[in-house]
Amino acid sequence: MTAEERVEPLDDDKRKKKKKDSPFKRSLKDFYRKLKKNKSAMVGGYLIIFLILVALIGPYLTQYDIRQPDYSIKFEGPSAEHWFGADHHGRDVFSRVIHGLGITMKIGLLSTLFGGLAGILIGIISGYYGRKVDAVIMRFMDVLLAFPGILLALALISILGASEENVIIAVSIFAVPTFARIVRGSTLATKNLEYIDAMKALGASDIRIIFKHILPNILSPIIVQASLFIASAILSASGLSFIGMGVQPPSPELGAILSEGRDFMWDAGHITLYPGLVIMLLVLAFNVFGDGLRDALDPKMKK
Amino acid sequence: MFQFIVRRLLQLIPVLLGVTILVFSLMHLTPGNPAHIIAGESAPADTIKQIEERLGLNDPIPVQYFNFLKDAIMLDFGNSWRTSLEVSEELWPKFWVTFELAVYSTIFSIFIGLIAGIISAVRQYSFSDVSIMLVALFGLSMPNFWLGLMLMQWFAINLGWVPATGWGTPQQVVLPVITLGTMGAAVVARMTRSSMLDVISQDYIRTARAKGLKESIVIYRHALKNALIPVVTVVGLQFGSLLAGAVLTESVFAINGMGKLVIDRILARDFPVVQAAVLVIAVVFVFVNLLVDISYKFLNKRIDLD
Amino acid sequence: MSEEIILDINNLRTSFFDDDGEIKAVDGVSFKLPKGKTLGVVGESGSGKSITALSILRLIDSKGKIVDGSINFKGKDLTKLSTKQIQHIRGNEISMIFQEPMTSLNPVYTIGQQIRETLKVHEGIGKEKGNKRAVELLQLVGIPSPEARLKQYPHELSGGMRQRVMIAMALACKPDLLIADEPTTALDVTIQAQILELINDLQDNLGMSVIMITHDLGVVAETCDYVAVMYGGKVVEYQDVISLFKNPRHPYTVGLLNSIPRHDIDVEDLEPIRGSVPSPKNMPKGCHFAPRCPFATDLCNAEMPSLDHLGDDSDVRCWIYSDRWDGDPEVNVVDQKTTS
Repeated sequence: MTAEERVEPLDDDKRKKKKKDSPFKRSLKDFYRKLKKNKSAMVGGYLIIFLILVALIGPYLTQYDIRQPDYSIKFEGPSAEHWFGADHHGRDVFSRVIHGLGITMKIGLLSTLFGGLAGILIGIISGYYGRKVDAVIMRFMDVLLAFPGILLALALISILGASEENVIIAVSIFAVPTFARIVRGSTLATKNLEYIDAMKALGASDIRIIFKHILPNILSPIIVQASLFIASAILSASGLSFIGMGVQPPSPELGAILSEGRDFMWDAGHITLYPGLVIMLLVLAFNVFGDGLRDALDPKMKK
Repeated sequence: MFQFIVRRLLQLIPVLLGVTILVFSLMHLTPGNPAHIIAGESAPADTIKQIEERLGLNDPIPVQYFNFLKDAIMLDFGNSWRTSLEVSEELWPKFWVTFELAVYSTIFSIFIGLIAGIISAVRQYSFSDVSIMLVALFGLSMPNFWLGLMLMQWFAINLGWVPATGWGTPQQVVLPVITLGTMGAAVVARMTRSSMLDVISQDYIRTARAKGLKESIVIYRHALKNALIPVVTVVGLQFGSLLAGAVLTESVFAINGMGKLVIDRILARDFPVVQAAVLVIAVVFVFVNLLVDISYKFLNKRIDLD
Repeated sequence: MSEEIILDINNLRTSFFDDDGEIKAVDGVSFKLPKGKTLGVVGESGSGKSITALSILRLIDSKGKIVDGSINFKGKDLTKLSTKQIQHIRGNEISMIFQEPMTSLNPVYTIGQQIRETLKVHEGIGKEKGNKRAVELLQLVGIPSPEARLKQYPHELSGGMRQRVMIAMALACKPDLLIADEPTTALDVTIQAQILELINDLQDNLGMSVIMITHDLGVVAETCDYVAVMYGGKVVEYQDVISLFKNPRHPYTVGLLNSIPRHDIDVEDLEPIRGSVPSPKNMPKGCHFAPRCPFATDLCNAEMPSLDHLGDDSDVRCWIYSDRWDGDPEVNVVDQKTTS
């Protein structure tokens, strides 16, 4: 009996609740505690929340139709009515960027989510079961990693065709090996801890061990990796759209806006200026968050 | 050391086989009959049959793969479906343009990144350190194709200092190299800084100071040489991704390199060319990584403390 | 002490500054070192002995600073020299060797390059002559086949060999003073003895003065002429080595002596000092040793005693020897067991 329990007798209900604080919840709490200590991670976090809010609410607040041309204001520069000016069809660039922010962010988040989940699963299987399974899986991951960055995505797009869904698929595929490697490493390290052996001896199933003990332990590196990967996913996805291999205009995806706007740089530089700035802000937010988090979680890296 | 190299080379074999299988399947996963793509949808059945015969499309898939592999090792990638030229004939001139761009950009990122990283580390927490690291963070977060557009807007369109497009003359080289090299420079700067800071706290740096050496000699002769070792890895990995990342830069500046070739031929559904380009970049990437690994091992040999 | 004094440290204070404020690592250290002699600076880790050593050559890292006191070396106050002047002294007039031979040599340069570098910077000796001198130095420190060693990298040498190389490097410019910061702690016992013997021999032959920083009283007994015992950033006792072992004054010194194994005492009778070294962030208000001292009184807990001269060449920082002592007047510090 701990001192705390003696001082304040818990009713059964409360006690159950306390006991039920799952490993995941504990791991997340620990994560949040460390997060709060790192200023840059907090700044990045707030910036991400702000951008998500803008992406969710923004489209309802903008007053211009993003598809309706108005040739009377074609190429008009930034003004009080049109903060980011108007494009070659006289559409309001600000409204388009606000809409595009959501699309670009969605692609970055979804591709990281899908690719990340697949990578986590593969990494855990590989690390937990080891031996032949591990060897085969990791060789396959090496093959995927042999294609630098955007090349694999391009190759896949060439088969699948250029569209928003296919960009998500292509980018998520090169997320898989990155996550698989990290998760495999952490799983290996956790698997050999003594208490895992003890759990096994007590007859806990593999699934239970993986979900209750291994996964919570490797949550932090996964979150760091996810944040940094979202940043590069956004860069890749908007890059694909920019060269016409991703989301197609007239969609206001930020890369697609740039792709359209580049043809009119001689007439109106503002069409390309602002969408790029917003992409940078978006990527910056996830980079800062991921960087700060890594420093907070790994004191060795911080000098 | 020799054993290590041999072992790493052997490890490459399954990876390279996997790469070729993946690239080979590209074509076979593509919807549509290649013969139709070559001859057009309305081509007579005879012609289609002839083409299928010539390309060996009726052979079993493993046989087709084996032929593909055999030819690829000899750098024979067949003929383009669009221009009927030999693929390698089309590919190599473009490859060298992209290679040049990647090499210059790597040199740019090493040069800028090292200087910035050293200044940052030596004056840790100073104004210059904070500003350099801030700039590096932006460099890391900037889409490079957008940076290219902005540079073009300013220096080519507004100021007219350099031509907006093309490749070859020194003036034409400047903007694409900055565009492609900026992210690398940011990565190198950050790596150099953290590596330098790590080295500066080592015992042998204290020894160097205790010998009565000037601080500049302590930093440049004793710290830098050790700090560069991890930077080598980063630079090597950078080079590979620059080769692939050149696609975007080439598109911005209308440079007639491999990236542009790939995009054009994807749109034209000219798969042998796409296949060959992807394969070549992946193989170069794999070998560059191997070189990095070996040189890291070599440089680090002395440092391996028991 | 009628001999010529080569080093005179007076009221040295070195502090580290971080977000939590000032940490007084060295808090008013004073001692003298006669020319040609060896002074042992003894204490547990955290006593400030290594920081004192680093302060002499001003090798404290950027967060630390000498805030007060003087270090007189051959008539110059080292704390007041310009960076250029102190660089001229380092490795030339005062040399230093460190605790970790494994990591104290630069891994990317050969032994020869590293020895030649010292000769070049202080004596402007070129490569060829430098190699010759380096061979002589390696011979001097007892390294076999020195010509071959010149071309080797540190990782090719054992820890003991590396420490010999460090010593060779330190001796390159015939320094007047050698500071050895726990030179044998990281080495095997047999190698330890060899290195200590080497330092002793070299000192006799070259007429150097030596400061031996150590936590090991065995090392002190073998090598030193004088001993300064440090505790909590202060010197608590200073005596010549024979008197110290025969007639220790400070209860801490007695505690240290009682905790070393000796052949004439059973291991069970060893008396470790109870408690542990206080953290420099949280020093006791009075005598720093008071919380662990078996004789501590109200006075000890309230006020820090000064380092007083007791005659017969010993200094001690303890209330027991002052007029204000408020404990048992018959107290015998050597016999700790009866009182504790």
